Amino acid sequence: MSQPDTPPPGPPTRPDPVFTPDAAFFWEGVARGELLGQRCADCSRLVHPPRPMCPSCQSLKRETVKLSGRGTVCSWVIPRHPPAVGFAEPPIVALIELEEGIRLVSNVVEVSPAAVRAGLAVEVCFAPTRGGRAVPVFRPREGTPSA
Amino acid sequence: MPKYAAIAGIGQTEFSKNSGRSELQLAAEASKAALDDAGIHPAEVDGMITFTLDPSDEIGLSRCLGVKDLAYTTRIPGGGAASVATLCQAMAAVTSGIAEVVLIWRAMNERSAYRFGQPLVPPSGGVVNVAGNGTGSLLWCMPFGAQTPASWEALAAQHYMETFGVTNRDLGQVSVTQRKHAASNPLAWFYGKPLTLEEHQQSRWIVEPVLRLLDCCQESDGGVAVVVTSLERARDLKQRPVRIVSSAQSIPAEVEVISNYYHADLTIMPEAHGVARRLYARSGLAPQDLQLAMLYDAFTPQVLRQLEAFGFCARGEAKDFVRDGNIELGGRLPVNTNGGLIGEAYIHGMNNITEAVRQLRGSASNQVKNLTHALVSCGMAGAILSNA
Repeated sequence: MSQPDTPPPGPPTRPDPVFTPDAAFFWEGVARGELLGQRCADCSRLVHPPRPMCPSCQSLKRETVKLSGRGTVCSWVIPRHPPAVGFAEPPIVALIELEEGIRLVSNVVEVSPAAVRAGLAVEVCFAPTRGGRAVPVFRPREGTPSA
Repeated sequence: MPKYAAIAGIGQTEFSKNSGRSELQLAAEASKAALDDAGIHPAEVDGMITFTLDPSDEIGLSRCLGVKDLAYTTRIPGGGAASVATLCQAMAAVTSGIAEVVLIWRAMNERSAYRFGQPLVPPSGGVVNVAGNGTGSLLWCMPFGAQTPASWEALAAQHYMETFGVTNRDLGQVSVTQRKHAASNPLAWFYGKPLTLEEHQQSRWIVEPVLRLLDCCQESDGGVAVVVTSLERARDLKQRPVRIVSSAQSIPAEVEVISNYYHADLTIMPEAHGVARRLYARSGLAPQDLQLAMLYDAFTPQVLRQLEAFGFCARGEAKDFVRDGNIELGGRLPVNTNGGLIGEAYIHGMNNITEAVRQLRGSASNQVKNLTHALVSCGMAGAILSNA
């Protein structure tokens, strides 16, 4: 069976992430194979997407924390038309809810579309992009019953 | 200070797929038509409002119209999802005395010059600042293949649909109803072209399993303009005034424009609930006082979620409300009687405002009977309009 996430032969074609000044740490972490989140150094609130000020206590003191990389699929879709730029096959786009309680838009890989459902337990892995960078994507967690 | 603001004029160009002229010209033509409709000379305009996304400049347009002395300009962020915020801003300007004749416009060659429906991928490399249009967090979607408005909307709607058992066939009922309205509206692109549910179900997937082609609004060229002034002055002008009873914006915490994935309960549109709360509180009106709803329909799921947010039906029951025929002309609450952005044209939400005005004047093609109050909602903003 064809896997929608099988990397096409040749160099990666996936679009690069866009670095905004406040999110540079996230993509630099991903480049090292780490999934990082932004936590307020004063009140410990975790936020995503990253931002320069904590919305709970307005502190500017930020710290990065390594995230578990484990979560569940919250919602998912397959963009069919027009074809997504940089993807040989239509990707499974998913909203992932991490164990830490924040959500990320990503892809679910190494699974057939028929097996994707809300609550599917997933873990992070990384996919290369055309400009030599990487993005975090998620695959089903082996041996873990899904929610 | 004027107590109330009113819509005194509406204007538009034809809606097409290739206007053959500049966006500034479309803006100028629609604006002139709206001012003529009101019976106000263009020189008298002293306030101008559009979207941050509109490519024409206030000064460029005012120099076309011969505006004598512009006193106030502003732009609203958030694209069509905030389109009705233009009325909110115009009302604030008029009732505060900052401006007396406020021209709202939106004009675009959104089919022939560029297409909102096509993938949007930012250039590679480097650090960029992207802000100002309320769409900054879309950057978190592009590298994952979510590159179109349909894909962004579908990812939010899928959770709602799965939670309440809403199928794409249920969404099809929205399209079929609106195309029925468009079929008898000569201004609509789909005039004379109704749709069956089977045709909807045979249209190709745009974003599986949520949106088929016929769940998506059109891409259109065209311009729309609205003139707002005091109710008192509007009473002396050419048309029957349409009073802005109340208008409101709402952008609750953690809400995004279309990549709206970060707020607590993904089965609702918190922004529409916020708008509903404000509109009902400010007007003293309730859902049963409204006889028409113009609901932003870039994609069919938005219609269902706004019906629930405004309390026209219970949460999760919009699919049944629609299936039972309530949103058809002659139903309990006719919705998008011009065909909406799906059936008439996609002028970024503004043509749903002009339809509400035509309805309240009694001059709509698909006229709602015994109409006194209409809701216009786009998600992040809304207004209740009245003919009294």
